[in-house]
Amino acid sequence: MTELLLSITDLHIAARSEQGGLQEIVNGVSLRLEHGTVLGLIGESGAGKSTVGLAALGYTRHGCRLLSGSIRLNGEELFGAPYEKLRQIRGARVTYVAQSAAAAFDPAHRLEDQIIESAVVHGILSPEEARREARRLYEKLRLPDPDNFGRRYPHQVSGGQLQRAMTVMAMVPKPDLVVFDEPTTALDVTTQIEVLAAIKAAIRDERLAAIYITHDLALVAQIADRILVLKDGRMVEEGATEDILKRPTQPYTRALVQVRRVHKPSAPQPAAQEPLLEVRGVDAAYGAVPVLEDIWLRLCRGRTTAVVGESGSGKSTLARVITGLLPPRRGEVRLLGEPLPPGLRQRNRDQLRRIQLVYQMPDVALNPRHKVEEIIGRPLSFYFGLGAEARRRRVEELLRAVELAPEFADRYPGELSGGQKQRVCIARALAAEPDVIICDEVTSALDVQVADAVLRLLLDLQAATGVAYLFITHDLATVRAIADDIVVMLDGRIVEQGTREDILTPPHHPYTDLLLSSVPEMEVGWLDRILAERAARKARGERIMEAADR
Amino acid sequence: MTPSAAIGFVIVGVYALAALLGPWLAPYGEAEIVADVWEPFSAAHPLGTDNLGRDMLSRLLWGATRTIGVALAATMLSFLIGMSLGYLAAVVGGWLDQLLSRAVDALMAIPTLIFALVVLAVLPPSVTILVLVIAVLDSTRVFRLARAVAMDVVVMDFVEVARLRGERLGWIVFREVLPNTLPPLIAEFGLRFCFAFLFLSSLSFLGLGIQPPAADWGGMVRDNANAISFGLVVPLIPAAAIALLTIGVNLVVDWQLERSARPRRT
Amino acid sequence: MHPLLRLVVQRLLLGVATLWVVSLLIFAGTEILPGDVAEAILGQAATPEAVAAIRRDLGLDRPAWERYLDWLFGLMRGDLGTSLTNRMPIAELIAGRLENTLFLAATAAVVAVPIAIALGILAARFRERLLDKAISVLTLSSISMPEFFIGYLLIFIFAVKLFWAPSIASVYPGMALADKLYAVSLPVATLTLVVVAHMMRMTRAAIINVMASPYIEMAELKGLTRTRIILKHALPNALAPIINVVVINLAYLVVGVVVVEVVFVYPGLGQLMVDAVAKRDVPVVQATGMLFAATYVLLNLAADVLAILANPRLRHPR
Repeated sequence: MTELLLSITDLHIAARSEQGGLQEIVNGVSLRLEHGTVLGLIGESGAGKSTVGLAALGYTRHGCRLLSGSIRLNGEELFGAPYEKLRQIRGARVTYVAQSAAAAFDPAHRLEDQIIESAVVHGILSPEEARREARRLYEKLRLPDPDNFGRRYPHQVSGGQLQRAMTVMAMVPKPDLVVFDEPTTALDVTTQIEVLAAIKAAIRDERLAAIYITHDLALVAQIADRILVLKDGRMVEEGATEDILKRPTQPYTRALVQVRRVHKPSAPQPAAQEPLLEVRGVDAAYGAVPVLEDIWLRLCRGRTTAVVGESGSGKSTLARVITGLLPPRRGEVRLLGEPLPPGLRQRNRDQLRRIQLVYQMPDVALNPRHKVEEIIGRPLSFYFGLGAEARRRRVEELLRAVELAPEFADRYPGELSGGQKQRVCIARALAAEPDVIICDEVTSALDVQVADAVLRLLLDLQAATGVAYLFITHDLATVRAIADDIVVMLDGRIVEQGTREDILTPPHHPYTDLLLSSVPEMEVGWLDRILAERAARKARGERIMEAADR
Repeated sequence: MTPSAAIGFVIVGVYALAALLGPWLAPYGEAEIVADVWEPFSAAHPLGTDNLGRDMLSRLLWGATRTIGVALAATMLSFLIGMSLGYLAAVVGGWLDQLLSRAVDALMAIPTLIFALVVLAVLPPSVTILVLVIAVLDSTRVFRLARAVAMDVVVMDFVEVARLRGERLGWIVFREVLPNTLPPLIAEFGLRFCFAFLFLSSLSFLGLGIQPPAADWGGMVRDNANAISFGLVVPLIPAAAIALLTIGVNLVVDWQLERSARPRRT
Repeated sequence: MHPLLRLVVQRLLLGVATLWVVSLLIFAGTEILPGDVAEAILGQAATPEAVAAIRRDLGLDRPAWERYLDWLFGLMRGDLGTSLTNRMPIAELIAGRLENTLFLAATAAVVAVPIAIALGILAARFRERLLDKAISVLTLSSISMPEFFIGYLLIFIFAVKLFWAPSIASVYPGMALADKLYAVSLPVATLTLVVVAHMMRMTRAAIINVMASPYIEMAELKGLTRTRIILKHALPNALAPIINVVVINLAYLVVGVVVVEVVFVYPGLGQLMVDAVAKRDVPVVQATGMLFAATYVLLNLAADVLAILANPRLRHPR
């Protein structure tokens, strides 16, 4: 019989709210963890998953308080334990891997001094032993140049490497339990798979127990034995990974498993349709740094072109060139066959009206001091000269079009939820009756279900108005769901472009291949399968791209 | 409202009344000699008399109007200059921003008091000149803050939306940027007022500010400084009046800053 | 060149450029008057002969840029010009007084810096507790008070009522250090009260800022002791901002000296400058103004350079 390592029972944690009262952010959560097993803790923002993860170290953030419940580690109660006892457990028997390694490493010390610190301070290893152990683990986590890696300072190392270094830091003291708090969320998708594979191998080989916190169910399915689903501080469902994925019992879990329920049926490329928008041979640069090189693309009425790439690929810069915020060095942008003036200021109102932009962060895209009526109404009076009454009527119409009640016209953005704000942004774009809407990562700041609803709305509006979308995103699931055409970008260049079927069906360009195969799939064993496939193809001498080659 | 903020508001309120009604409330004229030198507190002269035998209370009240009025005028002027240039630099950007920012850097490289002393060595000592000197020197601080907060707002997407819509500079400054930058600037107004007020008082104390026989709190400290060696509190009265008002304004500003730092809920 | 060295050299060059701009501004500040400087200096006492004499002394018949260059090159050679009122070389007038002012400022700094940093750390450590709030109220009050109020208040209490300290800080060359320190005790106390408040508030803010960093939370989750967290992880990172706070306040102190010297009739540079302004002795005003401004610029420059040196990211470039 395996002994119970951690058991949390009926945990309640409260945070001081803005009004000064206490608000429960963890409400009756219980979990059990056996030696050598991994528990996935999953939920959306505000689900309380980090708070529960930190409670395993007997720790609460500033402004939070443990109300009631029990946290037993190897049978020892941590709830209400004296500080000194908790201190001896933290960093020794339970360790923690933070979401942003770049911020969680102290900039003033060398990596290795920080990595061995807890093992040495707790008297688990001598400094020499700890350094040896760290070097062994660098190798295990495939960090470059293990003998010298630790001599560097945090800012001298890339994000993916820092995240692995933090994993080493958590493992050097040989803890019973490691809490991973979204360790790959800040990373690009192609880096994420490598870090995930390294963490998985380390957990397996060192026979560690772990709590793995994330918002990405597909990701945690690769690493966890059991999964606990949280929502708004409450437990939704707990079960073996296989069961959660295949036989979810709760509607919320089912929604998480289904990821994207939106799907745009593929439409055939219209034979000789005049493109609405054309980008012809554009080069662009910020100062002396070139960001875009030789970009060509065309966008037709009623269609969606997805521009896909990782951070730094230049996809958002492309949007800035098209809107005129950044005049290109070379090449031109054409609208309805006419060349557009390169800079914003030289464009006339009609040209500006025809291209609208919807942003990633609805929070900062709406002026917090303007009512929704003013926000949606301004383009109406600005472009079409509508009077007060006609404007109000049209604002209500637009609100209905984005599935919001007309009463929203009198609210301020601060009173709306994230999804509602994004709908207001869409309504504002529609108010200008544009030909093209550029959607810059419009769903990535939203929770999965809200994002789904926004995507469906965008598709409905396209069917009704024939507007064309230029959809900028790093999320391939979204691309699969709604794109007609796909443009893959890497380092400011287009790697590959074509219809959705062309791009998503093999054979792929090596980078597209890397990108596509790095997206976690909702399937147990996906990671092992992909890694095995990559290894096999490499063994056959095929050219395989790795994140480091980019 | 916190108790300390309430105290602050009461102090500011009393001073505002004194500044508005001072000359009418004052029992005697501003430069009227009514008794002996440095008479103690009495029914006729609740705060005694000064170095020339003028009624201390009357001079304090006359001084309230003048000292607070001049400091307020200087603060308003410095905000007018600093805010318009600061917003302009933030919204227009480019070479204009560079030019204005470098000019302000240069002015701020010299301590305000020292530069004011240099300039006052050749300028005639008049109220207009004082207001202008204080306002111009202080507007550099306002410029920095206005530019910084406007910069924070200018990079926000909703301002980009307005630019992309084709809105003019006026709309962007007054409708998009201004409403979102007011809270920190209101608090700054309080702090700048304190600064202008203390600065004016210091200049007057040094004999380089408002000139006698006009009543001014800093000058009154200077006039009566010698009384201290006879164990009289006379010079401490106008000095305390200065300190109390700055404390009051600071209490209100602290409260306002804390309030606007909290996330807004409607 | 090592990037750090390059940054420091850049700052030093910038400092030299700033000094030059400052000299330009100080000179221009006395040319600001649209009318005739000589008449402004004399005011109502302007007889044609007197005006002519001053014009000759100041060389007003020559173009401004020529006079500026003369003045600037004079400054660089240590020739500060001649006083209008007593015809003495300004360098002689200033020498002893500069020393006095620096003595006063340095003594205040030695007292104020440790107190301010200790209070700042205490307030940050016991944030939002009674001690923090008490310190905050006290410092807020002392920031709000004009220097002369604090000065006279101290005189009233400690010189007039208690007879503990002299109300007039008279020092002379050859005075024993202990006597000198006794003489300046009240002005030092006044300056300390004013500067400590600013410095302590800024130190507290700098430490609280660092303590809120994720790497401090990480240190806590590594089970380190509070002392180790503060000494090993908070302090090295708070060092740069604290050094900055200290040096900036020293710069402030040098200026605050002006009013305090007048209150305590202390024979320093500030007193000299204020007298010169009142007498419209333009060359003395220019020279003392330039000295104050240069000290201020150099201290700010030192703050910049030290902050660069204390930043690990800059010390160990990629």
